[in-house]
Amino acid sequence: MRLVLERRTESSPRMLLLSPLLAIGLTLASGAVIFSSLGLDPLLALAVYFVEPLSSLWSIEELIVKAAPLVLIGAGLAVCYLANVWNIGAEGQFTAGAIAGSIIPVMFHGWQSPAVLPAMLLLGAAGGMAYGAIPAFLKNRFGANEILTSLMLVYVAQLGLDWLVRGPWRDPAGFNFPQSVAFEGWQALPTWGGGRVHLGALLALVAVAVLAVVLSRTLRGFEIRVLGRAPRAGGFAGFGRERAVRFCFLVSGGLAGLAGICEVAGPSGQLQPTISPGYGFTAIIVAFLGRLNPVGVLLAGLLLGVSYLGGEAAQATLGVSDKIVRVFQGILLVSILACDTLIVYRIRIVARIGRT
Amino acid sequence: MKKLLGGFLALAMGLAIAGASAEDKLKVGFIYVGPVGDHGWTYQHDQGRLALEQALGDKVTTTFIESVSEGPDAERAIERLARDGHGLIFTTSFGFMESTLKVAERFPEVKFEHATGYKQAPNVATYSARFYEGRYVIGQIAARTSKTGIAGYIASFPIPEVVSGINAFMLGAQSVNPEFKLKVVWVNSWYDPGKEADAAKVLIGQGADIITQHTDSSAPLQIAEAQGAHGFGQASDMIKFAPKAQLTSILDNWADYYVERTKAVLDGTWASGDVWGGMAAGMVRMATYTNLPEDVAKAAAETEARIKSGELLVFAGPIKKQDGSVAVEAGKSLPDPDILGMNWYVAGVDDTLPQ
Repeated sequence: MRLVLERRTESSPRMLLLSPLLAIGLTLASGAVIFSSLGLDPLLALAVYFVEPLSSLWSIEELIVKAAPLVLIGAGLAVCYLANVWNIGAEGQFTAGAIAGSIIPVMFHGWQSPAVLPAMLLLGAAGGMAYGAIPAFLKNRFGANEILTSLMLVYVAQLGLDWLVRGPWRDPAGFNFPQSVAFEGWQALPTWGGGRVHLGALLALVAVAVLAVVLSRTLRGFEIRVLGRAPRAGGFAGFGRERAVRFCFLVSGGLAGLAGICEVAGPSGQLQPTISPGYGFTAIIVAFLGRLNPVGVLLAGLLLGVSYLGGEAAQATLGVSDKIVRVFQGILLVSILACDTLIVYRIRIVARIGRT
Repeated sequence: MKKLLGGFLALAMGLAIAGASAEDKLKVGFIYVGPVGDHGWTYQHDQGRLALEQALGDKVTTTFIESVSEGPDAERAIERLARDGHGLIFTTSFGFMESTLKVAERFPEVKFEHATGYKQAPNVATYSARFYEGRYVIGQIAARTSKTGIAGYIASFPIPEVVSGINAFMLGAQSVNPEFKLKVVWVNSWYDPGKEADAAKVLIGQGADIITQHTDSSAPLQIAEAQGAHGFGQASDMIKFAPKAQLTSILDNWADYYVERTKAVLDGTWASGDVWGGMAAGMVRMATYTNLPEDVAKAAAETEARIKSGELLVFAGPIKKQDGSVAVEAGKSLPDPDILGMNWYVAGVDDTLPQ
C-alpha cells in the first residue's frame, strides 16, 4: 500500500483564495493547543501574540520597520519564483547592497550633500544587482544550479562584510571593535513620525505597486508567468529563458540590495559584522505566503512581522521561550503549503504498486 | 474594520491594566544575546537574574527576552521593556551598545546597565568582569598538565576582550613553561556548538591535549571528554558535560552586581559609571579544581589567591609582543585602557591576529 498525490480534476477557485486564511486558522488552532499545553490561557496568549503588536502606535511603527525589508526582498523573490528561477541567495544580495551603498559614508565620510542619499541607494541597488548577476550568469553560461550558487554566495558576502568591518572599514575610534563609523546627516535615511519608520517602507510600497503592474499588465510579466508554468510554450512564443533568468535575478537582487542599504542607513546606522537576522531567508517564506503576488507579499510581510513582535511580547509578558516564535512560523509555513497542495491535489491510497 | 480595531484596543488596554495592577514592584528587565539554555554566557546572566529574584523577590519582578540578535532588533526589544514600565534594564552583550544608548536617550527616567561596553550616559552604566584573570590561572594549569606542550584555543571574535584572554592564558602558561605552544581557531560566533566542536577536533588533531574556549557552548569540552583530552569550562561550571575532562571553569558571577545595582535603584542612589571587577570583587571565580594532581590544584589555588590579593598582576612586565617589540617594560603593568583596547598578541602565540 502507498500514498500518491493526484491532481484534482478541478480545483475550486474559491478554496484557492481561502487557502491562506485556512492556513492562518490552522496555525492559530495549533498555537492555542501549544499555549494551553504550556499551562497558559490560550486566548490571552494569542491576544498577546497577535493583538499586542497592533495595539500602540509605537509597535505599529516597529512592525513597519520590521516588515519593510521582508516586503522589499519578498516582492523581488516572488517574481523569481513565478518564473521558476530559484534565487535562494537574497541574503547575500542584501549584504552586497549594504556594502556597496556604505562605500560613501565609510570611505567619503566627510561628504555631506543632498546627493549623498540617492547615491547611496543607487549604489545599494546596483550592488545587489551585480551580486545577483553572478548566479544568473553561471546559470545561463554553464547551466549551474542557481539554488546552490546563489546560496553559497550568501556566505561569501557575509564573510566579505565581516572582513571589511574588522579590517579596512573598522571605525578607527572604535577601540578595535568590529563596526564602521556611524552614518551621519545625509548618510542616514529620513524617518517619519516619532519612531524608526524610514524611507525603506515607502520604497517597499513603491516596489510592490510597480511589480504588481509589471506582472499583471505587461508583456514582460506575461513572459515570466508563461515561462514559469509552461517553459516549452514560452519557448514557442519566442520568450528567452536566459533573458528571464537575468531579469529575475537583477530585479530580486536589486531590491534585496536596496533593502540592505536601507537597513544599515536606517535602523542600524552603521555597518556591523551581522546586519540581518536572516531577512533574505525569511523573505522566501514571505514570497510563498503571499502566493507569489506582490500585494500578497505586502500582507505576508506584515503578518510575519507581527509574529516576530508578538514573539517578543509573549516573552516579555508571558515568559515563554523565543523558540515559540520559530515554532509558530514553522507551523504557519507548513499549513500554507499543506493547504495549497491539498486544494490542488488529493491524496489517494493505492493498494498495489501500479504503473505510473 | 473599525469595530474590530476597537475590540483590539479594548483588549490591549485590558492587558495593560492587568499588568499595572499586578503590584508596584520595580520591574527589572534583561536582554540576552543567546538562549538561557546555552550553559555559558547567557545562562550565567540568567543565574544572576534568578539570584536577584531570590534576594529581592518581594521588591522586584524580573523579565527577560532571549536570543535577541545584535542590531536593529535589539533596539526594539530594549524599547519594549522600557515602555513596559521597567525601571532597570540590563543588556548583556557588547553588540547591544548603540541600541542601549539610543533607547536610553528616549527614556531618561529608566536606568540601563550595559555589559562589556565602553560608552556611558547619565542613565547608562557599563559593567564587565576581568575574565583574563581566570585565564591566567587556567594557562598555568594547562602548562603543568599538558603532555604535548600544546593547547588549543577556540576563540570567537578578535575583539580586545578575547585577545586579552588569549594573552593572559599564554602568559600564565609561559610562567610555567616558556616553550609552551598555543594554537588558536577563530569560529566567528559566540555560540555555535557545531562549529565549536569541529574546531576542538581540529585542534586535538594538531596535537593539542588541552582545549580552552572563549565561546559559550559546552561542545568543545564534550569533544575533549570523548577524545581523552582535557579542557576548561566557560562562564559557568560545565562539569556535568565533561566529568572527566573539565579541570576547572572560569565562572562569571553577576549575581552580586545585579543585586547591588537593583538595591541602588530601589534606594534612589543609582548612578552611572563603569565597573570592571575581577577576582577581588568576586565577579570572576574558579570552579572546583578537578581531575588534577594535588600539587597542580594547590598551585592554581595559590595563583588565584595572589591575583585576588592584588599581589599578582596578569599584565605586569616584562611582556614582549609577537613581533619582538616590548609591550610592557619590566617593573610596570599595563594600564586598564590598554587592556581594554588590546589588539596584539604576546610572543609565543602560534597564530596571526585577524586584522
